[in-house]
Amino acid sequence: MKRFTLSAAEGRGLVISALLFAAAALVPLIADGYPLQIGISIVMYTALATSWLLFSGPTNYIALSTAAFFGIGMYTAAGGIDLVPYPVLIAAAGIAGAALAAVVGLATLRVSGVYFVIFSLGLAELVRQVMTWLQHVLGTMSGLYVTIERSEPMYYWQLLLLAAVIFLVGWRIGRSRLGFALRIIGNDELVAVHCGINTARAKVVLFIISSTFASIAGALVAPRWGYVEPVVAFSPFVSFQVVIMALLGGTHRLWGPLLGVIPFVLVWELIAVYFPNQTTLLLGVCFLLIVYVIPNGLIGLVEDAMNRRRKHAAGPAAALPIDISANASAQPAVTADKK
Amino acid sequence: MLSPAITEALTAAAVTKRFGGLVAVDNMSFKLAEREVLGLIGPNGSGKTTMMNLISGALKPTSGEISVYGEAVTGRGASNVARKGIARTFQLVRMLPTMTALENVAAGGVFGHARRWGKELDDYAHALLERVGLPNAASAPISALTYIDQKRVELARALASDPKILLLDEWLAGLNLTELKIGITLIERLRSEGCTIIIVEHVMHAIRSLCDRCIVMNSGAKIAEGTPAEVLADHGVIRAYLGDENA
Repeated sequence: MKRFTLSAAEGRGLVISALLFAAAALVPLIADGYPLQIGISIVMYTALATSWLLFSGPTNYIALSTAAFFGIGMYTAAGGIDLVPYPVLIAAAGIAGAALAAVVGLATLRVSGVYFVIFSLGLAELVRQVMTWLQHVLGTMSGLYVTIERSEPMYYWQLLLLAAVIFLVGWRIGRSRLGFALRIIGNDELVAVHCGINTARAKVVLFIISSTFASIAGALVAPRWGYVEPVVAFSPFVSFQVVIMALLGGTHRLWGPLLGVIPFVLVWELIAVYFPNQTTLLLGVCFLLIVYVIPNGLIGLVEDAMNRRRKHAAGPAAALPIDISANASAQPAVTADKK
Repeated sequence: MLSPAITEALTAAAVTKRFGGLVAVDNMSFKLAEREVLGLIGPNGSGKTTMMNLISGALKPTSGEISVYGEAVTGRGASNVARKGIARTFQLVRMLPTMTALENVAAGGVFGHARRWGKELDDYAHALLERVGLPNAASAPISALTYIDQKRVELARALASDPKILLLDEWLAGLNLTELKIGITLIERLRSEGCTIIIVEHVMHAIRSLCDRCIVMNSGAKIAEGTPAEVLADHGVIRAYLGDENA
């Protein structure tokens, strides 16, 4: 099993992924109304959770800052909608997100562990307060209208395309020196620096990439929401949901979050219908359950089962496609597949 | 020992490291020639590991200069020092637990002095695993390896960068007698291949058989320097290890 060259299994995985995305693109042709709304939720959170994973997966830095970048993207779209064409705004949202991530990253990625978690959570709140203050200074409105006509299938396709780009970038990073550097950093930062890795730069670069995608996602959904205000755009709910979905799916594979997003969005729809006043409480319960019961996520369960079956079959182990993390993960059930 | 014809690999000039009021390394000056194996010995707490951390860039000296092949590396940070060609192992073995043995080795050969990638890196990492005696461990997870095997992997990781200078910080510590023999043979081979090495070690017979020259530290300062036989017979050194009545 070679790790640093493109294997046949990886090539196969790439083809399968492309086919899955093509199949997903057909959904708006057969679904509309409520099912399509759920489809849009799923692709949006897939984009957000996978972009979150790009940085937090390999480094183990739990970032609760998704809402900050998502909101910045929304506000970029909302603020410029009457001035410049929408596609320009999407690019501008990405640039704004990247710029904020660069400043924040340079200032904070030297702190690690719980300090980083708290800071990233505080960041969304800080940006929200700044936006509220700015709106107060500039005008009297508490929000902005985003007046542009887009059909529901268009939102779906745009977000699906974004998700596809994120997957492709994530896959490419996973095979690059940068991706390898981040996995080493996630394992042991002291070893990483002694291997010659400029750890601060590697982390900032990936934080920027991850945040840029979250901002673009914000710009893509802003017109759908129609009216953007700080409380909604920078809601910490978004940050927490993204983390929970990614953890539910599993953070050691690029497609892990996808496995978490689909069931979570469906269950969340039910919760929103039947327990509209207890959503925060239930979000907390979900978080606890996931962390205690399935620490390696659904993908961990799937891989454990596959490993057990493989042990029975005693055949040579095939490398799984599209991984940004270790083949031999920390799970005790993974056995040595010696040549 | 050092004639002008020999290339100086490393120079430490009046290096001092203070932690608050404690002087961990006190005005240390020494030179290391290319292809030389230098032993850094002394009682526990004498500042050997701190000296290693200063050389590898993990710590910044309070004063003094360290240079590698004539180029100052003082205070440049560990990643920059690694890129200059200094590789190290750690006193307590440090593995990358979620990666395979092969990836652990490869980690050393991508970002530092050597910058391999792709098939070249893959082949080189395989060759290094074979060289340290683990030809079949490539895809083994780290948790499946014994302590000596983890130490071998760590050594292979250090070698993956084609280091100009290798720092072995108590690499033989914690091994049983059989493992110790394997370990010494391994370092002897590196030595015969012409590696430039600094060894911090407590295993005295390893020091005797491996080192061209020794520096003895006590309370952060150099108290003796010479061949292993010379320094181990030195009264000051015996006093530092065993106390006055044995000297």
